[in-house]
Amino acid sequence: MECVFGLVGNDFAVVAADTSAVHSILVHKSNEDKIMILDSHKLIAASGESGDRVQFTEYIQKNVALYQFRNGIPLTTAAAANFTRGELATALRKVEDQMILESCKSSSGVPLVLSHYNPYFVNILLAGYDKETGPSLFYIDYIATLHKVDKGAFGYGSYFSLAMMDRHYHSGMTVEEAIDLVDKCIMEIRSRLVVAPPNFVIKIVDKDGAREYAWRESVKDAGVPSA
Amino acid sequence: MARYDRAITVFSPDGHLFQVEYALEAVRKGNAAVGVRGTDIVVLGVEKKSAAKLQDSRSVKKIVNLDDHIALACAGLKADARVLINRARIECQSHRLTVEDPVTVEYITRYIAGLQQKYTQSGGVRPFGLSTLIVGFDPYSGVPALYQTDPSGTFSAWKANATGRNSNSIREFLEKNYKETSGQETIKLAIRALLERG
Repeated sequence: MECVFGLVGNDFAVVAADTSAVHSILVHKSNEDKIMILDSHKLIAASGESGDRVQFTEYIQKNVALYQFRNGIPLTTAAAANFTRGELATALRKVEDQMILESCKSSSGVPLVLSHYNPYFVNILLAGYDKETGPSLFYIDYIATLHKVDKGAFGYGSYFSLAMMDRHYHSGMTVEEAIDLVDKCIMEIRSRLVVAPPNFVIKIVDKDGAREYAWRESVKDAGVPSA
Repeated sequence: MARYDRAITVFSPDGHLFQVEYALEAVRKGNAAVGVRGTDIVVLGVEKKSAAKLQDSRSVKKIVNLDDHIALACAGLKADARVLINRARIECQSHRLTVEDPVTVEYITRYIAGLQQKYTQSGGVRPFGLSTLIVGFDPYSGVPALYQTDPSGTFSAWKANATGRNSNSIREFLEKNYKETSGQETIKLAIRALLERG
């Protein structure tokens, strides 16, 4: 039920994500920020298995930072997207060995090893701004599909947000027009998706950097009741 | 493979590790580097030899960033420095990833010194031929720090120090002239110390 979507404007890119953290029928919290600031001019909006989401995006973030220290210049958005895709692709087919308990050793004394693949169940929209090439948005799904897009969405909400964006998007939108479209998508999701997430966070990236733009809350976490 | 198991750094009869001492010689031949700690600033200065005419001097980086809040300068074998700096940069990010906190200056110094020590006690390798000066501000306390490591793998904190060529006379100058300073005054002290080697 996680909803993530984004689009590219005239000199910026905007992404929105729902902020619910759900486990089966329980909502753990409704203010979970799923859009990570990858570096000064990049955003990663991620949806999927919450453990994988945090582990994978933090791993990407630290590797992007390491690149910058090693090379003195930041990665371009496209390079970061390709790196991210590469890591997802590798995890898809690289065998991960897991040692089995001592007690299960074979008769010859050789430790038994369980081999399995360990894919990350994370869908990512990577938005960034490069001085030379302007804003860009990359669609990266959990089986390592990579597309450079003007608008993209993941989750059940994508049925509604993609339709909304197909109808109203045009290239070169201003921030006001884009946020208006984002709000239209959120309204559509709230009204038409059966277990719709109530709250969303919107982040934007432009020449001045990546930053939080706004929250759209229809349900606030209950505060601690007074005694 | 058995040939490479032999340790290169072994004790002499009178308790010296000659390879380490020779490494210190290499450091003494390197360009001077100075570090000064102020109350709200830490300064690193390095001597820049007159560059070869055709060399692009901007590509020769003598003071490098290990992380957003840590910098390093070194004296000695610059090629060895690249390896050490690369490992330290990885460790800075790895620390952030596992404990969600930036490294303290002492932590990364201990890491680098530990690495230098490993190479004095392993088979088939020689010690790193450099001493480093590491400066930075601790992430939450904001306290400024200056540390030095050397090829033996020892490290300690300093108010001001120098390494490389003429480090003894520069250190003497610093001992005579050091006082708690801040901002521009600290920078001036570092520059005067470097010019002192004359």
